[in-house]
Amino acid sequence: MNLGRATAVILGKELRTEFRSRELLGTTLVFVLIVLVLFSFTFNPTASESRRFGPGLLWLAFLFAGSLMLQPSFLREQTNDTLAALRLAPIDPFSILAGKMAANFLFLLLVEMVLLPVFAVLYNLAIFPVLAPLILVLTLGTIGLATTGTVFSAVAAQARLRELLLPLLLLPVLAPVLIASTEATVGVLRYPSDLSVVWLTFLTCFDVIFLTTAWLVGEYLLEE
Amino acid sequence: MANESTSAKLSRAAVSLPGIVIVFLLLAAGIYGALIKAPEEATMGLIQRIFYFHVSSAWSGLIAFILVFVGSVAYLRTRALKWDWFSVASAEVGVAFFTVVLVTGPIWAKPVWGIWWTWDARLTSSFLLWVLFVSYLILRTLVDEPERRAMVAAVFGIFAALDIPLVYFSIWWFRTQHPQPVVGDGGSLDPRMGRVLLLCWFATLGLMTLLIRVRYRLEALRAEVDALRMDAAASSSRAPQVTR
Repeated sequence: MNLGRATAVILGKELRTEFRSRELLGTTLVFVLIVLVLFSFTFNPTASESRRFGPGLLWLAFLFAGSLMLQPSFLREQTNDTLAALRLAPIDPFSILAGKMAANFLFLLLVEMVLLPVFAVLYNLAIFPVLAPLILVLTLGTIGLATTGTVFSAVAAQARLRELLLPLLLLPVLAPVLIASTEATVGVLRYPSDLSVVWLTFLTCFDVIFLTTAWLVGEYLLEE
Repeated sequence: MANESTSAKLSRAAVSLPGIVIVFLLLAAGIYGALIKAPEEATMGLIQRIFYFHVSSAWSGLIAFILVFVGSVAYLRTRALKWDWFSVASAEVGVAFFTVVLVTGPIWAKPVWGIWWTWDARLTSSFLLWVLFVSYLILRTLVDEPERRAMVAAVFGIFAALDIPLVYFSIWWFRTQHPQPVVGDGGSLDPRMGRVLLLCWFATLGLMTLLIRVRYRLEALRAEVDALRMDAAASSSRAPQVTR
């Protein structure tokens, strides 16, 4: 089986597992909502402040959500030692990682898409005129988050205190993504809106570098 | 895992007396240069002298972090635990140097800028690099089995090291207030100051090498002790339980 097809099969399995219970999506959604509401208490922003601080809050919430949501990605496999079974399959080991990355990317994007209108209402921002560039920024940022997060989820799954460890590993490494995504989002929401090419290029570079690295180290990460 | 060759390698890796003497002399010369020989800076005065060890520690620390990347890649390619020992030694020394940077920076900033800390590009990226490799060291403490620890640490080490330029550029474009580099083109550094800085850099590089070697040896000895313990545990499991 080639890499693409194997990845698709793993992706299908991940999606089936999640959509049968929907526990991960539901929990994360409510978690980000809580964070957004709590932010409004701590900053109590006006409309113009929202335009400046809102994107940062939103991305911080997504980052926290990711560091919790990506946790079960490999932990789920440990309960019945199903990762060993996956490894026995005659497929490229990277396809296991890639399938999980794709699934996590879709989960995160779904959560973001649901929360975006809620965020716009709560912080009084007009997002519909700039929806297309906003989705582009979200997509690029989320690829970085899902790629790094999935690899680190596999790393943390092998250690003690793993629930605490994943945010500890993930958040500093993702600081560049946070900066770039936030700055790009601020630009898009500014009036008049402008999409920063520098930050988009930066996000693309981040995604390419870490996706390539994940591909190179993936097989080591999954061996017993 | 425990065999004679490990001990033999260790004795060769032992820190030699000439090495210690050279590093000590370099450091002494560096301190003399920084505190006495270098001309006094016109506006900042005495406090500017902290710059020589501040900057050279940052450069050496950065090199130590690059060595973590080298060690991590080499470990994944060869699966020789010695590269893992090299990585952890470099990471610890790098964190130590960056601690020096983060401590000396505010000491300088308070009288010159009037504030201890500001979220400027260089300060923020140094702080973030420090946090990145502290995370690396914490990750290592949370995995017990040596091969597994080496593998996950190598993967994280590679990601963390590749993150260095990204952290640097993203924060650079984001904000900057730090005094612009006075070394390289456009710089206005007095040549005498430049020579002292170079000397201090050699001194910290020497210290870095020395510390990495000592730390490497310690890690190798630890691995040997662990292996011996496992051997002992394996043989005593056949005999009645022995107290430690």
